[in-house]
Amino acid sequence: MLIRVSTYLYQRPKLVLSLLLGPPLIYMVVVYLGSLFNLLVYSFYYLESFTGLIVREFTLSTYAQIFEPANRDIFIRTAGMAMAVTIADALIAFPLAYYIARFSSPRLKTWLIIAVTIPLWSSYLVRVYAWKLILAQEGILSWFIRLIRLDGVLEWLLSFESIGGSSLALSPIGMFIVFAYIWLPYMIIPIQTALERVPNSLLEASSDLGAKPLQTFRTVILPLSFPGVVAGSIFTFSLTLGDFIVPLALGNSKFFIGQAVYSYQGTAGNIPLAAAMTMGPVVIMIIYLLVARRLGAFDAL
Amino acid sequence: MPSKSYSGQRASWGLKLASVAALLFLHVPILIIFLYTLTPDEQTFTFPLPGITFKWFGVALQRPDLWRALTLSLQVAAVATLAALVLGTLAAAAVYRSNFFGREAISFLLVLPIALPGIVTGIALRTALGTYDISFSYWTIVIGHATFCVVVVYNNVLARFRRMQGSQIEASMDLGANSFQTFRYVVFPNIATALLAGGMLAFALSFDEVIVTTFTAGQQTTLPIWIFSQLSRPRDRPVTNVVAILVVLITFFPIFFAQRLSAQNSDIEGGSK
Repeated sequence: MLIRVSTYLYQRPKLVLSLLLGPPLIYMVVVYLGSLFNLLVYSFYYLESFTGLIVREFTLSTYAQIFEPANRDIFIRTAGMAMAVTIADALIAFPLAYYIARFSSPRLKTWLIIAVTIPLWSSYLVRVYAWKLILAQEGILSWFIRLIRLDGVLEWLLSFESIGGSSLALSPIGMFIVFAYIWLPYMIIPIQTALERVPNSLLEASSDLGAKPLQTFRTVILPLSFPGVVAGSIFTFSLTLGDFIVPLALGNSKFFIGQAVYSYQGTAGNIPLAAAMTMGPVVIMIIYLLVARRLGAFDAL
Repeated sequence: MPSKSYSGQRASWGLKLASVAALLFLHVPILIIFLYTLTPDEQTFTFPLPGITFKWFGVALQRPDLWRALTLSLQVAAVATLAALVLGTLAAAAVYRSNFFGREAISFLLVLPIALPGIVTGIALRTALGTYDISFSYWTIVIGHATFCVVVVYNNVLARFRRMQGSQIEASMDLGANSFQTFRYVVFPNIATALLAGGMLAFALSFDEVIVTTFTAGQQTTLPIWIFSQLSRPRDRPVTNVVAILVVLITFFPIFFAQRLSAQNSDIEGGSK
């Protein structure tokens, strides 16, 4: 019986293919793409402000709301944060990625890669929570800053209206630190992968031709590893754009995109506006992905 | 990954220092939570700790709401992992063995749930549930988690398929084994550790997921949702510390072993989540 089934299937590769591909494809297309498409449709509906009901008629008025000053500020604020986080992560990640790729022995390399990937997979929420303890006004970081007598500098920084707040735990500076911490592994791994691909012969050629180590770094290694930086920045940028946990935990009344979407769909019940606002990050990501592909960043993913 | 670029040269002190600093930045914060589980201070996060106590572990054990949340999280993670194992392996097998129209699109489709911000997946599923009047349940959480767990298994299994010798399968068939026997005795032993690694990563990913879950859980409380509610309105600070390290420990071991398994197979799979 089993043999006959086996032979039957062997003679029909197309049937086997559809049996294999069917379940995952149906699941992803119906559940995931279906939901995404549904969300897109909702972004063209609008909320009737008197009744608080969603009117299912095609309109672009919901999208027009995004460009109202309040919402525009949210977009600018979030994109600015995403950019700052991306730059900071690139600067912190590069030396470590460089060390892993070029100077660590194979044994050490295995362990370093594990040390970088474990935070990538684990306890996103707990890692945010850890900073709630660290950044608290009475917490360890303030204690340390007092210890090295820099508390004056900290207070000066917090006094700025745009980046400060009552304490580190409730300020954009705090959010910036936490975002940079949370997404750092996403930057290290693509850079390291890109650096691994720079062939040794190229570096030898460079030094044979008389380039000093710093020159080789600047003219050979840096340009060749740049796609890795771009690949990493896709993650840091996109993840910062869409996150609402960090702003909810550490932010103040100035909203970020994720937070705004969360509150629009929740308490306000304005699903169309929430949907239209998520399309913002989606579009930014698609443009970003297209640009990144032209720069060859996908090879480093 | 072959270490062909390992130069054997010595790194400069500046580079070493920057690398160590980045590693500390990645790992010290979690250790701070371990420290705080011992604080007797219920109201603030005062440092240095005013004393040392072990009572919060006992207090946490007595909380029925925590046990319920833990049970729910474990059940969801187990079923989501199972679904991801089945769907991910099927998709990997299809992509590996045949060349069909739209093959490239499959990888793209599967990676989308983790490439786009979690809030997009979350709100899309929430809106779809609302549109079709599906009420929140255990299964709505599982469905949400499965969407982003599939790709983890898929990546691991597909990478293993690509390293497997196709001649092994041919030899098995030539020697008279039917398709099922070939799968049982040749294919499955080859991909077993990839399934294990992918499954463990999927489990960890589901167990501490919070973003999609807030949109698909309704009134149900998973362990991450419980922590999240404490994040914005802290009521049980010391107990939250205990729960946080519990989540760290439950996810750390599967991830660690999955990474070790992948590393033993000479490369890190699914590294770029």
